Amino acid sequence: MNWNTILIRYGEMSLKGKNKSKFVRKLKENIKVALSELTTLKMRAERDRMFVYTERLEELDRAIEILPTVFGIQSFSPIAICEPTLEAIKETSLKVLGKTETEGKTFKVDVKRTNKSFPLDTGELQQELGGHVLRAFPNLIVKMKKPEILLYVEIQREAAYISSHTFKGAGGMPVGSNGHSLLLLSGGIDSPVAGYQMMKRGVAFDAIHFASPPFTSDLALQKVEDIVRQLTKFGSTIRLHIIPFTQLQQAIIKQVPSNLTMTTTRRMMMKIADRVREETGALGLITGESMGQVASQTLESLTTINEVTSTPVLRPLIAMDKLDIIQIAEKIETYEISIRPFEDCCTVFTPPSSKTKPQLEKVRYYESFESFDEMVEEAVSNRTTVIPSQNKEEAFDDLL
Amino acid sequence: MYFDHSATTKTDERVLHTFMEVSTTYFSNPASLHAAGKQAEKLLEKARSQVLATLGLELTEGVFTSGGTEANNLAILGYVYANQHKGRHLLTTAVEHPSVLHAFKYLETQNFTVDYLTVDSEGRISLAELQSFLRPDTLLVSIMHVNNEIGTIQPIAECAKIIHSQSRAVLHSDCVQSFGKIKLDDEQNCPDLVTLSGHKIYGVKGSGFLAYRKNIRLHAISYGGGQEKNLRNGTVSVPHAAALAKAARLQVEEANIQQFQQWRDELVQFFSGIEDCLVLAPQASAPYIVTVAFRHVTGEVVVNFLQERGIFVSTSSACSSKKSGVSHVIEAIRLPKDFEKGVIRISFGKDQTTDEIHQLKKAVHQFMQLLKRGIRK
Repeated sequence: MNWNTILIRYGEMSLKGKNKSKFVRKLKENIKVALSELTTLKMRAERDRMFVYTERLEELDRAIEILPTVFGIQSFSPIAICEPTLEAIKETSLKVLGKTETEGKTFKVDVKRTNKSFPLDTGELQQELGGHVLRAFPNLIVKMKKPEILLYVEIQREAAYISSHTFKGAGGMPVGSNGHSLLLLSGGIDSPVAGYQMMKRGVAFDAIHFASPPFTSDLALQKVEDIVRQLTKFGSTIRLHIIPFTQLQQAIIKQVPSNLTMTTTRRMMMKIADRVREETGALGLITGESMGQVASQTLESLTTINEVTSTPVLRPLIAMDKLDIIQIAEKIETYEISIRPFEDCCTVFTPPSSKTKPQLEKVRYYESFESFDEMVEEAVSNRTTVIPSQNKEEAFDDLL
Repeated sequence: MYFDHSATTKTDERVLHTFMEVSTTYFSNPASLHAAGKQAEKLLEKARSQVLATLGLELTEGVFTSGGTEANNLAILGYVYANQHKGRHLLTTAVEHPSVLHAFKYLETQNFTVDYLTVDSEGRISLAELQSFLRPDTLLVSIMHVNNEIGTIQPIAECAKIIHSQSRAVLHSDCVQSFGKIKLDDEQNCPDLVTLSGHKIYGVKGSGFLAYRKNIRLHAISYGGGQEKNLRNGTVSVPHAAALAKAARLQVEEANIQQFQQWRDELVQFFSGIEDCLVLAPQASAPYIVTVAFRHVTGEVVVNFLQERGIFVSTSSACSSKKSGVSHVIEAIRLPKDFEKGVIRISFGKDQTTDEIHQLKKAVHQFMQLLKRGIRK
């Protein structure tokens, strides 16, 4: 028996007809990046599934830990490979089951026979194997519907694959298989979740963050970098564009009545983001807006703010409750980072009250007195771009 | 010659260096917003994950405490207070450390029912008895890993399996005497809460840790500014935390248990050959603890005699040795009456030498000669 392989089943993309090979290629790439720390790893992709091999058991275990974070995988199973003979299959089945807790569990044998010349047919084989397993593990209870242990046997011409455990994958589609966008990342709880949701649908992205030094600190920036670093774990590398926003923000406060500063600020952010999107060749903008959550996220506000661009603005959280968003944030481990208590550019100059129904005409009127477009261009060209690496430098090693 | 490592150990110089360096360089309050505070917080979090990693179990959460006693109190009182709606029955053993036993004694006054598992002559609990004591309303079970007085190792993985499969209770284990020496080797079947202490593994005194599973809810047992997830209020001592992480790593990397086992075998054989002397827990004990009992002498007499020859051992456990009488552990293993006051504990450490073992044997031999003469008279 050779216990060195993981069988990966594709998610939704197995439906995607002619584009499928593109999706598979992307998934293979993403898995390769996700498992890059495993040095002995080899991969083989087929039309409907993928195999990952390694000769080292601890690398196999590590792969099992990492794979559930990769989008585009529906499920995966560690498999044992043996000769395609009845004796070998029987023997290997017992070994595979010996690795799982069988006491009092329900169980079923499922056989797939690609090699039709195999002497027994599927039904006979199922019976033969089931009987053999039950003699060895009398504590198992046979159950056809939803068994706890499914002994899966697949017989091919050159080998038989046997597995007893299937891990659930992250679902969704391979990141990057649905184009590239730009995520507006404040550092709050919502925007990282919005990014995650889009990644799940195969969208890769750069991130953009507005910084207002000296009112916001390096720690706020650090926080955003940490969020990006965390999001990187679910897909490809993410570039982070940091926009110097202080000057523009001060001009807005000077020029626009205080109950509309928020609206204009958002409009400027949208303009800047759209320009960066254009320069990076991205297709859409992603925001963490959720209907009615704050003054800027009423339908009236969204309309007034959205007016500055015709680029599709993807708002995956628009119909989600805050508590559900928090739940995802906790699951993807951005929540703990997001609640670090640093001011961001949106909270630095909070007006006493903001219009929940800003009128576009008035906003345009006040904005017309200042050359905001030039300032937008300046902010775009003065941005700094960083790639927060996944392997953060390990400090304090000598102390601990 | 120091044979009392189960009472406490000398702080390792490398640990002390960490303590001083952190006290002077990363002295900021980890709750402060400024960069120096954040640096201290980073160090604190790294220390926390390092302690959890050395433990190597499925426990992902941890709170730094002032020591094993506080961690035991937080585990027991904290868990019971936060979950008392689930039941009022508690279970522990008759041989726990006083910081566990007295917490349960207190809970008995608060209308909780506590059952105490009995032990055999080697201090081992019985899994059958554990099974029979579990009730639908059992809230918490606390079973120590290695006994501090006679060294008995309890079957924690088996206990965890039984408790988790047959009840709703969680398992707490006081691992102060085993941490860094004997691993709880079943990652999955492990306790839900684990107590650790620094000063038994060459760390600094005043550093302890409670590790627990992510889904465990605890209630604070002291109130204040909300530090350590509001479970351990008061400014966090990053130096103690870092020192504990360092001590834990060094202990795991450097512990030489095989050597201890050799010495233990040698001493067990030696003491077994002496008339009027009994080895306690000869089969069940950890390799670094040898507890023996002498007939018709008090442990104190033995301690004093050896001390004059520069050898430090202790009468059962240092915590209780100041009280006269017989310890609860000795009572629980039902040692014959004429032996029960003559208990001494010998515990090894990393700077021990084989020569010291031989000197100990020689001194005990002299003591026995003296004793024989005394009795004959």
